[in-house]
Amino acid sequence: MTDVKREVAVDTVSLTVNGAAVEAHKGQLVIDAADNAGIHIPRFCYHPRMKSVGMCRMCIVDIDTGRGPALQPACMIPVADGMVVDTLSESTKKAQDGVLEFLLINHPLDCPVCDKGGECPLQDNAYAFGPGESRFVEEKRHFEKPIPVSDLVLLDRERCILCDRCTRFARDVAGDAFIVFQERGGQTEVNTFPEHPFASYFSGNTVQICPVGALTAGPYRFRARPWDVEKDESTCTSCSFGCRITVEASRDEVIRRQGVDLDPVNWGWMCDKGRFDFDAMNASERLRTPLVRDGAAAREATWSEAIGRAADALRPALDGGADRVAVLGGARLTNEAAYTWAKLAKGVLGTDNVDCQLADGLPPEVVFGLPRATIDDACADGGTVLLLAPDIKEEVPVLFLRLRDAVLAHGVKVVELTPQSTSMTPLAAASLRYRPGEAAVVARLLGGGDGGGLSIDGDVSAARELLRGATRLTIVLGRPSIGESAATIVDAVGALLGGFPDAHVLTVLRRANVHGALDMGLTPGLLPGHVTIDAGRDWFTEAWGRVPAATGLDATGILAAAAEGKIDTLVLLGADPIADFPDHQLARTALDTVGTVIAVDVLPNASTALAHVVLPAAGPSEEAGTTTNLEGRVLTVAQKVTPAGTARADWHIAAELAFRLGHDLGLESIGGIWDEIERLAPSYAGLTVDIVRRAADRDGALMPIDEAQLAELDGARVTIASQRHRVDAGSATAANRAAAAESQEERQADELAAEAEQSDDEGKGVARGASTSQARPPLLSFAPPATATELPAVDAYGLRLVVSRTLYDNGTLNQHSPSIAGLARVACLRLNPADLARLGLDATATVEVSSVRGSLTLDAVADDRIPPGSAGIYTNHEGADPADLLDVHAPVTTIHIGTKS
Amino acid sequence: MARFTSGNDVIAREIIDRYPVAKSAVIPLCHLAQEQDGHLADDALVQIGELVGITPAEVLGTASFYEMLKREPCGRYLVNVCTSISCHLMGGDELLHHAEQRLGVRAGATTADGLFTLEEYECQAACTEAPALQVNYRYFHNVTPADFDTLVDDLAAGRLADTIPPHGTLARIRQRIPSDRAAGAASPIGGAQPGWLTDSPALTDDGSNP
Repeated sequence: MTDVKREVAVDTVSLTVNGAAVEAHKGQLVIDAADNAGIHIPRFCYHPRMKSVGMCRMCIVDIDTGRGPALQPACMIPVADGMVVDTLSESTKKAQDGVLEFLLINHPLDCPVCDKGGECPLQDNAYAFGPGESRFVEEKRHFEKPIPVSDLVLLDRERCILCDRCTRFARDVAGDAFIVFQERGGQTEVNTFPEHPFASYFSGNTVQICPVGALTAGPYRFRARPWDVEKDESTCTSCSFGCRITVEASRDEVIRRQGVDLDPVNWGWMCDKGRFDFDAMNASERLRTPLVRDGAAAREATWSEAIGRAADALRPALDGGADRVAVLGGARLTNEAAYTWAKLAKGVLGTDNVDCQLADGLPPEVVFGLPRATIDDACADGGTVLLLAPDIKEEVPVLFLRLRDAVLAHGVKVVELTPQSTSMTPLAAASLRYRPGEAAVVARLLGGGDGGGLSIDGDVSAARELLRGATRLTIVLGRPSIGESAATIVDAVGALLGGFPDAHVLTVLRRANVHGALDMGLTPGLLPGHVTIDAGRDWFTEAWGRVPAATGLDATGILAAAAEGKIDTLVLLGADPIADFPDHQLARTALDTVGTVIAVDVLPNASTALAHVVLPAAGPSEEAGTTTNLEGRVLTVAQKVTPAGTARADWHIAAELAFRLGHDLGLESIGGIWDEIERLAPSYAGLTVDIVRRAADRDGALMPIDEAQLAELDGARVTIASQRHRVDAGSATAANRAAAAESQEERQADELAAEAEQSDDEGKGVARGASTSQARPPLLSFAPPATATELPAVDAYGLRLVVSRTLYDNGTLNQHSPSIAGLARVACLRLNPADLARLGLDATATVEVSSVRGSLTLDAVADDRIPPGSAGIYTNHEGADPADLLDVHAPVTTIHIGTKS
Repeated sequence: MARFTSGNDVIAREIIDRYPVAKSAVIPLCHLAQEQDGHLADDALVQIGELVGITPAEVLGTASFYEMLKREPCGRYLVNVCTSISCHLMGGDELLHHAEQRLGVRAGATTADGLFTLEEYECQAACTEAPALQVNYRYFHNVTPADFDTLVDDLAAGRLADTIPPHGTLARIRQRIPSDRAAGAASPIGGAQPGWLTDSPALTDDGSNP
C-alpha cells in the first residue's frame, strides 16, 4: 500500500543509517526512516498507527547526534540532520540480547502449543536478535491460563510482554479503555475490571497487533498453524466501508480474517463483525443444494430442475410480461455479478422493477448525483463534517475509528444532526437533535433559512457558525432512522446544499456492495454507470438488445404491487424482505401473494422459507471479483475457498438463467464481465481489467475515475478519451493499447467464438453491439425535491419512533455465525427518563406499543440518548421488531404506549 | 454500602472541582472511598469512573498500583511488620511470626473480629530502629514480641484511640474550598485561568502584593 503521508513530505532531513545515506521527512521517527530505507529495526511495542511509547526497548539502536553514539529507542527519536544510526553495532547487539533475555525471563516457552508460534514477532526476534540462551533458572511468573476478556478474545497473561499495544489500541484508537495495565510493578498485568468485559466492537484488532500469543481470538484458537494457512488479500464485505483484509484458509475453509493497512480506508483495523462473521459461511445450515417447493414442503432438487423452474417463471417477461417480474436485492453481489444480474433483468427480461435497497437506503441520484467525498476528504486536517447519518459505530464501525482519529488528532469539527445521541455525540463540536422526520427543518435552519417561524436556539446558531466557517465541508449522509422515510432525508439534503453548495457528500449505506450494485444499475430507472434509462436507452439498446420501456418500481413499489397481485415472479437476490424490509406487514403479504418467489442466497432465512425456488449462491471468499465501497473505491475480492456444496457464483446463476430463456449474455469470465462494464458503463470508461488489478495492489480505483488517477494507475499518461477504444479506436495511444491489449485480444477471441456458436436470433450475444456510433450517455445528477415531504402533526400523546441498528443483531449472517450469534440483544423500548417518568412507568415495565400498523409487547428502559418525545426500538433484535409497527408509505411513525395488563 | 453516601458524593464533586481536568481527582476520590468503606469496593471504583469520565478499568489500573489503597476489606488497625534487610537482621521475621501466633491469622489476613489486618511489609525507612512496624502508618520502633503483645492489648482496649485513628482516615482530603474559589473543571488548553489563580492577590500582573 502506498503511504500518502510519506509522499507529501515537505522538509527532508538527511541521516546515515548503517553507513547508507537516508532521506526522511522532518518529524519522522528513526524507526520509520529506517523502514523506508529497507533497514528493519526489531520492535514489539511500536505500531505505525499508534503513538509511540517506548515500552519494550527492543528498538534501541546506536544513535549519534554529534555527541557520540548512544543507545536510544528508534521509535521515540525523531530524525535529525546529520544523525548517524547504527543498527548493527556491538553495543546495539548487546542491548538487543539483553532486552530479549529479559523478555524471555517470564515468557513461557510454550511455542509448540501457542497459536502465535510460526508468526510470532517475539519468536522471530528471539531467533534473529536474541542471545540464544538464558541465564534465568528461577520460576517464571504464573497466572491463570487464558481468561476470556470478552466473548471473542482470550488473554494469557503469562505470555504477555507488556508492550502496551492492546491497551493503547483500546484507549487511543477505539476509545474503549476496558483493558488496562493493573497491579503495576512486579506483577503488572493487562486485565479488565471485574465483570466489565472488553466489550468493544474492535476487540479483535488487539489480537492482530499482539506481538506474542497473549491475546487470541476464540474462533481461531487451535484451528490451524500459520504454515498451514493460505492467505490472499481481499476486501471485507460485512459492511460497505471496504476494509482491506487478508482471507486465510486451511483445508478449503476460511478460518481467519485480518486487517491490511490500506491508507485511504481502514488503516489495518477491522470491526469484530467483519473479522469473525466468516464462520457463518461454514455453518451446517448453509444452502448447498437447490430447493424447489411443491405445495408446503421444500425438497432438494438438481440445478437443472431448479433453474428450469425459475426460467419457466421468468419466461412470460419475454413476451410482454416484463412489468410482472421484479428483482429485489443485490447488495451482497460483487460488481461483476451485479452487472450480470442487471443485464439479465433489464437487458433480457426487460423489467425495471429492480432494487438493491430495501427502503432503508437513499435514492441513487443522491448517492451519485452529488459531488462525492472520500473518507480521507472527511478526515483531512481542519475539515468540517456534517453527520446526517445513522450511528456509524453500529453500521460502518471502522469509519467511526477514522472520524474519531480525525476529531482527536486532526482538528476535524463534527456537527451532528440526529434523532438520538450516537457514539459520535461525545466527539461532536455540536450535536443537534431533530424530531424524527424533521431533519429538513433543522437542515433549513443550518442552511440559513428561517425555519418556518421556529426560533433558533444556541446550539443551532453555534452549529451554523461552525458550518459557515468551514473551508471544506463533507456531509456524511445516511439514514439516521429507518422509522422515517428516505424522502425526509432527501429534503434535508436539498436544504443543506442550498446553504452549503460546495459541500461534498460521503454516503453511508450499510449493505456490503450497495454502492456497486447501484452503480451497476440494480435500481429502478438506472442502467450501469450512473445513467438514467432514458439517457442511456440508445446506447444500451444497441449493446444489450433491449432496455426497460420506462422507470420501474423501487422496493416499496415492488412489494406493494406484489401484495396487490401485480407481480407474478419475484427474484430475491440475497434479500430477505420478511426480516429486513422496514414494513413487515407489506413484505409478508407480498411474498404470500406472489406466484413464484425465486431466492438466490447463501443461508436460509424467513424469505427463503417462502420461496418456490431456492438457488444456493457462493458467499464471500467463494467468488472473485470487485466490490465498491461507500466512497466509490473499487477493490478486489478474492476467491479463497470453493463454494459450499453445489452453490454457484451469482453471475453464473444469472448467465444460466438467461441461457435457459434462450439468451446468451456473452459473459464468460470475471475479466470478461469487467471488460464489458468498462466498455458500456459510462462512469467506468477507461478503468480496464488491468488497471483494476493493478489498483488492487495499491489503493484501489476511486470512482468516478479521473484522468490523473488513470494515468497514475496505468503508469503512463493516457486520457479517458483514448481509453474509449471502442468508441474512438483511432485515438488510442500506444501505451494504452499495450496495457489493454491482452484482455482485449481475449475478449475478441471470446466474442468470435460466441458469434460462431450463436444462431442469428435477435437479442442474443448482445454485448457485440457496442462498437457503435452512439455517444456515451450523460451521468446522473441530483436536483433537490421541489416540495417538501408533508409530515403529520405532532401528536401530544404519542412518541415519534426512532428505528436504528446495532452491529450485532439477528441478521441472517450474524445468526449463523457461531462467534457473533450470542452477542445479539433482546429488543426493548428505549425512552427518555423524563418520558418514562411522565408515563408513570418504572424502569423495567412491560408495555404494549402500538402504531396504526400493529402492536408489540416489550420492556421499556430508560435511555437518555433518546430525546423526550421520541422512542427508540432497535431493528432486528430478539423478541420484537419495530418493522411490525412501520408503514413504509408514511414519512414518520408515531407510537402510543399502553401498560400491559 | 459501596457507592458514595450522599454526603460523600457532595465532597467528591467538590474534590473534582479543584482540578482543571476531572481525571486528576481519581486518587483523592479513592482515598475518600477508602475512608468511607475501609477499602475500595468495585462499586466505588465504578462510581469514581463515572464521576471523572473514565472507565472502571482505568480507575482500577491507577488504584491497583498503590499499596495503601486496599481492594479487600481491612481491619480497624492495619499492622505492617517490616521484614526488609535491617529488620530481618534484627528479628523482624521472628516478630512477624509472633504476630501471626498472637493474632491467630497469617500475614495478609484479617482477624475474625475485624480489628486487625496483619501484613508483611517492605522497608519502612526505619532501619535505625529495627525491627519496626506500623499501625495505620504510625511507627513503632525496636518492637519485641512482648512489646507487640502490649501494643495489641492497648489497641484492642481502645487505649491508643487518640493517637491512632481507624484505618482509612490517613488522607486529609476534606479541606473545604468555598465554591467561589473552586477551580472548576476548566480545560488546561483553553487558556482560561482557574478561579483560584485569577483571584489570587499574590499573582497580580505587576507582581505587587496588595
